[in-house]
Amino acid sequence: MRFRPLLLALALTAPLPVGAQGDSETVVAGLSQNEVSITARFSGSEIMVYGAVKRYAPPPSAPPLEVIVTVEGPLAPVTVRKKNRRYGLWINTEAVEIDAAPSFYAVATTGLLSDVLSDTDDLRYKVTIPRAIRAVGIAGEAEDAPSFTDALIRIKAEQGAYKLSQNAVSLTQDTLIRTDVALPANLIEGTYKVRIFLTRGGRVIDMSENEIDVRKEGLERWLTNLAHNEPLAYGLLSLAIAALAGWGASEAFRTRRA
Amino acid sequence: MQIYLPIAEVSVNAYVLLGLGGIVGFMSGMFGVGGGFLITPLLFFIGIPPPIAVATGANQVVASSISGVLAHLRRRTVDFRMGIVLTISGLIGSTIGIYVFSKLSALGQVDLLIQLSYVVFLGFIGLLMLQESLRAMNRNRKMAKAGATAPRRAHEHLLVHRLPLKMKFRTSGLYISVIPPIAVGAFVGFLSAVMGVGGGFIMVPAMIYLLGMPTKVVVGTSLFQIIFTSAYTTVAHATTSFSVDMALALLLILGGVIGAQLGAQVALRLKAEQLRILLALLVLAVAAKIALELVLTPTEFYSLSVARS
Repeated sequence: MRFRPLLLALALTAPLPVGAQGDSETVVAGLSQNEVSITARFSGSEIMVYGAVKRYAPPPSAPPLEVIVTVEGPLAPVTVRKKNRRYGLWINTEAVEIDAAPSFYAVATTGLLSDVLSDTDDLRYKVTIPRAIRAVGIAGEAEDAPSFTDALIRIKAEQGAYKLSQNAVSLTQDTLIRTDVALPANLIEGTYKVRIFLTRGGRVIDMSENEIDVRKEGLERWLTNLAHNEPLAYGLLSLAIAALAGWGASEAFRTRRA
Repeated sequence: MQIYLPIAEVSVNAYVLLGLGGIVGFMSGMFGVGGGFLITPLLFFIGIPPPIAVATGANQVVASSISGVLAHLRRRTVDFRMGIVLTISGLIGSTIGIYVFSKLSALGQVDLLIQLSYVVFLGFIGLLMLQESLRAMNRNRKMAKAGATAPRRAHEHLLVHRLPLKMKFRTSGLYISVIPPIAVGAFVGFLSAVMGVGGGFIMVPAMIYLLGMPTKVVVGTSLFQIIFTSAYTTVAHATTSFSVDMALALLLILGGVIGAQLGAQVALRLKAEQLRILLALLVLAVAAKIALELVLTPTEFYSLSVARS
């Protein structure tokens, strides 16, 4: 009787041809942490993404096995505005509404991205930064719509919110996968999606998906909730703090002088 | 020391915020301006999202104004009667201003309107004050050389003396019509709602040049009025756009209240004309910076605005 759960587990896991059929390689992945707490002293977090390649047959000799890891923050619509000179002044004249852009996006690979992933599979799995931005139907919004998505990527990259790190994933003996992803201090709350892709010859042969739950904790949580649920009380509390601080400083300086 | 701001959702250095609050508080105590026209652009600069910078700036202005008013109160340089008249009319003006602001936002280009009104009003008032205070300083210098005292101008008849509904403002030593203070208060309230500032930089010169109030009383009275207008703005922002960041405000306030006390002490050692020259230069500097932003070719032509959940 004792063996039954073990046997059952074996029976369930053994014949699991996950991923593209016919391929005998699958990825098993994990994260050093599935939750990130944002407290007042939060200054960024380092997440270790690790994994192993499972095989049911000897690996093919060529093309070589490659790994891509992506971390994607919550999506939100973004308006990109462009300034032009009008009457000698630089004024926002054009705007393009991008349906959904991730607040954070990091791609790490074992090799050059162009070698590791084909355009077809990039399109299918939305792996690279330009593909991760959902900018459908923006062509009609401005004369030069693609330059607006380029600008979005450029500005986000300057802020450290979009990162491409080639050769940053280590793959040991075609089996053990490891990379570290640094989440910046300016992190937005939400669910962060972590994906690990195995590719051969630019084709995705398997993928695994994990999630990191980023939430505010303690005082940060309490203040955010109060601000949204009891805005009047929050506003009055802000005023009370201001009044108290103003009065306190005034008293402190008076007693010091006296 | 990095700190994560819960509403702004950005991480910033706490000491930078304390320092910013201190500088603005110092100006506030010294000149009787709330400092909104300084704090808001400074917060943009360190990466705080604009709506949060505007709303939280208003909250910090409340604290530094209270601290400053208490210092002036002990010197009896607050004209309460004038302050109450200005406050009531100011609240009416800002209610109209908030309405106009929302209408203009719907039309787009509200940013440009804010920038242009900063340049026009700050530039105009700065130049006016600079010219007048330089003239006053030269006059005093000549008087001192001649060994004579400045002539009293107590019975100069301005427009404020001719209008009806006269009221006595004892602290200011004025017996003038109540209509000009109401107009000034309402206009400043309106502008401050549209521009997202307390409006001290308009109020102070208006009190001196339009109402003829003595400079020493102007500072305390202006701060008194600013407390109420910026408190109103803070609550309005907190309830409509949830954009007041209490953690950010607290750090700015801690720096600000101390700065305001120091500023008020420095103000005592300076002559009225010197104070006005300094304020004029500061106002002109901010106007020039915003004007340059509009005129010079930017390094980045594109800007992002993320929809907030």
